[in-house]
Parts: sequence; structure tokens; C-alpha cells
Amino acid sequence: MTEATKETPAPNAEIEEEIETVVEIDEAEEAPQSFTVTLNIRRYDPEVDDEPRWVDYDVEMYPTERILDALHRIKWEQDPTLAFRRSCAHGICGSDAMRINGRNRLACKALVKDFDISRPVYVEAIKGLPLEKDLIVDMEPFFDSYREIQPFLQASSKPERERHQTIEQRARFDDTTKCILCAACTTSCPVFWTDGQYFGPAAIVNAHRFIFDSRDEASQVRLDILNDREGVWRCRTTFNCTDACPRGIEVTKAIAEVKQAMMRGVKL
Amino acid sequence: MATLKKNSTAGEIRDGIHYHQHDVVIVGAGGAGMRAAIEAAPHASTAVITKLYPTRSHTGAAQGGMAAALANVEEDNNEWHTYDTVKGGDYLVDQDSAEILTREAIDAVLDLENMGLPFNRTPEGKIDQRRFGGHTREHGKAPVRRACYAADRTGHMILQTLYQNCVKHGVNFFNEFYALDLVMAEVDGKQRVAGVVAYDLATGDIHVFQGKSVVFATGGFGKIFKTTSNAHTLTGDGVGIIWRKGLPLEDMEFYQFHPTGLAGLGILLTEGARGEGAILRNASGERFMERYAPTIKDLAPRDIVARSMVQEVLDGRGAGPNKDYVYLDCTHLGAEVLEEKLPDITEFARTYLGVDPVVERVPVYPTAHYAMGGIPTNNDAEVLADNETVVPGLYAAGECACVSVHGANRLGTNSLLDINVFGKRAGVNAVEYSKTADFVDLPSDSAGEVVGMLQQLRDGTGEESVAQIRKELQEAMDMNAQVFRTEETLTRATEIVAGLRDRYRNVKIHDRGKRFNTDLLEAVELGFLLDLAEVLVLCALNRKESRGAHMRDDYPKRDDENFMQHTMAYLSGDPHSSTAVDHIRLDWKPVRGGKYEPQERKY
Repeated sequence: MTEATKETPAPNAEIEEEIETVVEIDEAEEAPQSFTVTLNIRRYDPEVDDEPRWVDYDVEMYPTERILDALHRIKWEQDPTLAFRRSCAHGICGSDAMRINGRNRLACKALVKDFDISRPVYVEAIKGLPLEKDLIVDMEPFFDSYREIQPFLQASSKPERERHQTIEQRARFDDTTKCILCAACTTSCPVFWTDGQYFGPAAIVNAHRFIFDSRDEASQVRLDILNDREGVWRCRTTFNCTDACPRGIEVTKAIAEVKQAMMRGVKL
Repeated sequence: MATLKKNSTAGEIRDGIHYHQHDVVIVGAGGAGMRAAIEAAPHASTAVITKLYPTRSHTGAAQGGMAAALANVEEDNNEWHTYDTVKGGDYLVDQDSAEILTREAIDAVLDLENMGLPFNRTPEGKIDQRRFGGHTREHGKAPVRRACYAADRTGHMILQTLYQNCVKHGVNFFNEFYALDLVMAEVDGKQRVAGVVAYDLATGDIHVFQGKSVVFATGGFGKIFKTTSNAHTLTGDGVGIIWRKGLPLEDMEFYQFHPTGLAGLGILLTEGARGEGAILRNASGERFMERYAPTIKDLAPRDIVARSMVQEVLDGRGAGPNKDYVYLDCTHLGAEVLEEKLPDITEFARTYLGVDPVVERVPVYPTAHYAMGGIPTNNDAEVLADNETVVPGLYAAGECACVSVHGANRLGTNSLLDINVFGKRAGVNAVEYSKTADFVDLPSDSAGEVVGMLQQLRDGTGEESVAQIRKELQEAMDMNAQVFRTEETLTRATEIVAGLRDRYRNVKIHDRGKRFNTDLLEAVELGFLLDLAEVLVLCALNRKESRGAHMRDDYPKRDDENFMQHTMAYLSGDPHSSTAVDHIRLDWKPVRGGKYEPQERKY
């Protein structure tokens, strides 16, 4: 579409992750300098392409800008056909989970300064869900798994006011209430990649949120659902999900707690 | 490699258009839409059409709390809450509506708790409450703990809880369906609702949803501004659809700027931070709100705080290399309060500004946040065709609607309340209406206008860029229609918007495909933004006084004699005529007063 655009071969499957801050920001209050970042994006338009293809884009960026800003700059200034989901742009809505340099992140929480920009930044759709177009995948299988674990409070009492819950009881499941259903965890899981039937970390996280809620009475129902051959026992504790979670949820720990609850009962 | 989206949502296909029939059709799946769906789905066939997956809605970005006089931690009652809401809204609030809002607030919070919402708790296990701007005890004597909250993720928890309960009730969602038109038809000389036309983003197909009743819950339009807390997707589509149908919009000039956006970015930092004790300081470290609101200081309503911040910057007391922001000082709160009660905003400051609120002051500046105006409704969430006449079967709730419970300035935590109280009312009433009403026959070419509009955009031969026009619009609005306005700036904005509207007719769409054509989507969204910006600016020009969020430097006083009334804007001519006054007629609607007589607003 533009001169900056050129086809490149697919990168190595394993791309090393750069987590250290590569671009130093001056402490002094000077205007930060912009620089050119190359994004290598895996494009796919089913109406045109037989196979996905990697395309380079050069973008002028400031260190504290987000990868989402880079994608917008490409879409708005170079190639408006680029398709991706986004909404809130600050890590709350969960729309823009994608694979950036081989690791799942939200594009709106991935800052340019955290990447080695001497090399291209590789951006592709999250893995394990059907690719629809460019960075967009079909989220329905993901939400199907979520819905299966009965993600809603089940309590028979009809209180006149609020149900009481101590600060400690509330804290017991706080971590898993943070989930924004972005699918970064589930689509980083090697088990999910090879077995799409596996419930996946996000569904288990959301089961955990209710299993350990003192007000809920259906813990056993959810534990039975997850005691399935496609349930928690498929987890191989690779910690990819914990690394991927943009909300900092200790996903692997939550899965382990669900496993323990199956063996020893729920301790609130 | 790719699979087609599972099509359980196909409906019946005639001439390439998909047709669906549901008793209740809800447009939008944020807080108000889903709260309505929870009432509607168990009692009537209900479809929810939503541009985004429901959990992506911007209700999830709300942070600080939801107001209700539960009196769980100190004395409070809903009469005080009503007074605060009326005074906070600079007396442009319809007082009977505010009474409903605050009275039903208590059940609204308890409903959410019963549905599973994990509120923060008091040591006794009750729902905890915190302070928030403009919420006071005994009619302004001191701040009161009224905001029910879940850390600084209250909106996230509300959105998740409502979605969870929609899953429980098996609500029929049409995800990533973009509503583009409301179908009306004349029955016995009266305009009635027949349905909604939507565009399926995944396939590019057009769907017509025939409904007995239709609920609009489409949110706001913050993207007319550059610096905003709003999501990219908040483009006023629902408000724009109503406007293009010739139905009026109310109080569009009243747009709220939230005081504490991250400087330069606009990302929201909750007022709950100040509720927990954070303080605004200028470059020299002075707690300047003591000068502007001596009694409740940093917990004054948002319009006053935002204006005070801008005034500090204008007077040269701003901080930073360009002296263009002030500081939110949380350093005295301690790491524990920040991590426990304000974890998300702490992380936002660290991530996006590299500033640690535990030890550093956070650069902040006002950010476009919330539309007080919108689609006029009565207390039953029924949409109005003029000052009194109801459009049978049509409802609106949430930010897209104007009841008006927020008047000229909304209090923090009253919007999460609004979506629950009036979302519920919309759902209940839409079901009741559908029980007795028949389907209105769809006009023969009900999707015609949408098909034509999309075709025209897709086939356009112009060279104008959607992104460029949107950028110029947003910059012009920030420059000329923000916290301080004058005849001169608003006139300039009017001219710029008119020019952009002309150019919009020559936009170029690069993506000619059908699947996930987000290029086309952004072009359509821009059309709505331009329409609403035009209305907003014209209404702002017309209101020659200062009230709530609408501050006219050239008319700095509130003028109750002439302007104690709601603005009503009507599309009255060819929307393509380049001068706004040629196709927009402005009228007034009386404010429903009550026991609170207008007084000078001091805090």
C-alpha cells in the first residue's frame, strides 16, 4: 500500500523476549526524541490471501508510546486496511490481546521502550483460536469455555440487605476478580494450542472466582465440571498464563488451588 | 486456516438481508444495556445488539464507586443525596428524577451485591463506602461516605457481574453487530418503533431486527475530543442515530471534563483517590482547591475542580516543562492504601507515565469524560419526541440518555448509579410495553438507508482521510469547546466543524472488503462524531451563561432568569447544508423543579 511496506519472510518461531528497558529515558525534563520502529505484522485477509504473510511497517514513535499507538499510526497514516480490535486503550477492556515478539500482551499495555527497537517488533494474532483477519481471531470458543463453568453467583438465600462477607473472605478470591477475559492466558497455553477442547486458564480463573467466594453454593458443581479430562488436570504448570496475564493475576496459582480443592475440598 | 464465524445469528435471509424478530431489542451491552437485558430476557424474547463483546464496554473503565445512601459507615440518607445531585448539577436537574435516582440507589446496589458483585467490605462484613466529590452530609456541611466500591475497579466489577447474570439468563447477544439505523413507521398517524438495522462486522452483512420495543443504551461520544478518558469506540452512534431520525437531543452543551486525567494522555485517575485523601497541588506545591472550594476543597464537584485546575495553569502556576498540568499528590496515603484501594490507577501512573504515586506526585489535567446531555427521556426511560410526547416503544438509558438526573454537571458515582436505576427501568418498561403491543410492520425497504450509506462510503471516489478529519475535529474541540468557552472560540469551532463536515463527504475508504472492515467502521463512526460535535457547539453558543460544566468566559454568571431550562435541539432541515443554523432548530424545555430553590453554588 505504501512505500514503507514490504514483504518479509516469517521470523523464527522462537523470538527472544526483551523485557529490560532498552531505550533509556532521560531523567531531565527534556522533550523525548522520537525514533523509527519497524513493526512486522502477520497480515491475513481471507477474501484475498491464501496464507498469512508478514509485512514490515516503519513508524515514528516515542519511547513511552504503546504498541497500540504504533498500530493506529499504521492504520491511520499508512494502511487503513489493517484490522485489529481495541477499545479502552489502557488495559481494562481486554480487546487487544495479541502476540508481540512471541509473548501475549495487550497492545495498549506494551510500551515501545520495553522492546529492542534495533530489530523489528513482531506482531501477530493470539494463537489457538480461529484466525479471522489480520490480528482478529474468533473469540466464540473462548467464551464458550467461560460460559460452561457457570460464571455467576449461585446462592439460595434471599437476604433483605447485602449478604455479609468478611474482609478476609472477600480477599480470598480478589485476585481472580480482576480477569478481563482478554484471552491472553488461554492462548499462551501450550496445552490449549494442541487441544482446543481444554477449558484453558481463563475459564478456570473465573471458576476460581466463584469457588472461593463465601457467598456461593455451587463450588462442587464447578469442580465436577473441571474434573473432566479437558479440565484442570491438563494443566502442565508452564506458567505461560501467569506471565501473559496483563492484570497480574497469579493464574497458575489459581489453577493449583482449584486442583487442591478437588482433592481436599474448598477451604474458604 | 480461517473458519467462518458460527452463524447461530443468521436469522431469516431475504434479498441478502437477514431478518430477526424479538419482543425487545436492546442496542448496547454496557451497564445500562445489560441491566435492561437482565430484566427483559426472563420475560420476553430479547436480543442485545452490541458493537463490542459485552465485557469490552466502557462501563468497565469506571473506577471509584456507585453512590447510594446505605449509611453503612456513617449517617446518610437519600434526601441528602438528592440535594447534592441537584446542587451538583447546578439546578438544571429535574428534581423528581433525582429523587427516583437516589431512592432506588439503595436497591440498585443491593441488587448488584445479590447478583454477586464483590464490593469491598467493612469490618462487620457490610458493603464499604468511601467519599467522593460533591457528596455531602446535611446539605453541604462535610463530605460523606456514600460511594459503594470495589477497589478502583467498581465499573469492571459491575460490567462483569451484569455479564455473568446475562450468561445465567441466557441473554441472546449479537456480538460485534453495529447498529446503524432505527426503523420507525407510522401507525394511526403516530410514529412508532418497528426495529433496528445493524451491520455485522465479521461478515459485512446487514441485519434487520424487528422489535416491539427498542432500548438504546449506546453510551457516550467522548471521541469528539482529543484528550479524553473515553474508549476509541465511544463515538456516539446511538445518539447520532436518534438525531438523524429527527428526534431531539437535550442539553448537548453540557459535557463533563474529569479533573484527573493522566497529563497528556487523558487516562482516568479516579476521584476516589481524592476520596481517600489525595490532594491536588500546583507547581509550587500549594493545595489550590482551598482557595476555590474552602469547605470541601479537593472533593468539590468535577466542574469546579476541573475549572480550578485550568485556571491555575492559565495563571502560570502549572507544573512541568511546559507548565501545563498540576499534580495529584497521593504520597501521604501510604503504599498500603494505594495497593489495596487504588491499585489500578497506581499501575496506570507507573505504566504510562513512569511515575510511582507512592513516592511521586502524578501529573494530571482535565480529560473529556461524560455527556450530561443526550436522548431525552422521561422517568420511565421512554424517549421523547418533544418536550412531552413519548415515542411509543422506544427507550433509552445510561450515558446516551438525558433524564435529566445530572443537569449541568454530573456528580462522580452517579453514572454507575444511573445505568443501574434507569437501565432497569428501561428493561422493565420495554417488557411491559411488548406484552400489549403488536409488532409494527417493517417498511418495505427498511434497510435501504443503511445499505445506501455504506455503499456510498465504500464506493466514494474522494481523497479525504478519515483519520485526518477526525484528528482535526478532536483538536478543534479541545482548543475551542473545552473547559472554558467564549463566543469567539465556539464560533471558530462551528466554522471548523462545518468545513470538516463538507470534507467528510469526500472520504476515501481503502478497505473494500466485507470482513471486519474496520476502515469502513471508522468512517461511519466519524460521521456520527461530526454530527454530534456540530450540535454540541451550536447549543453551547446558544447558552449565554455559565452553569455547571458549561463555562462561558464572556458570560461568567449563571442566569436563571433566561437559562434555567433545558436546551432541546432538533434536526430541522437538510443535514448537508453547510451552516448549522440552517438545519438545526433550538428550543427549550422547562426544568422540573422541586423543594430545592436555586442558590449560589458554593462548596
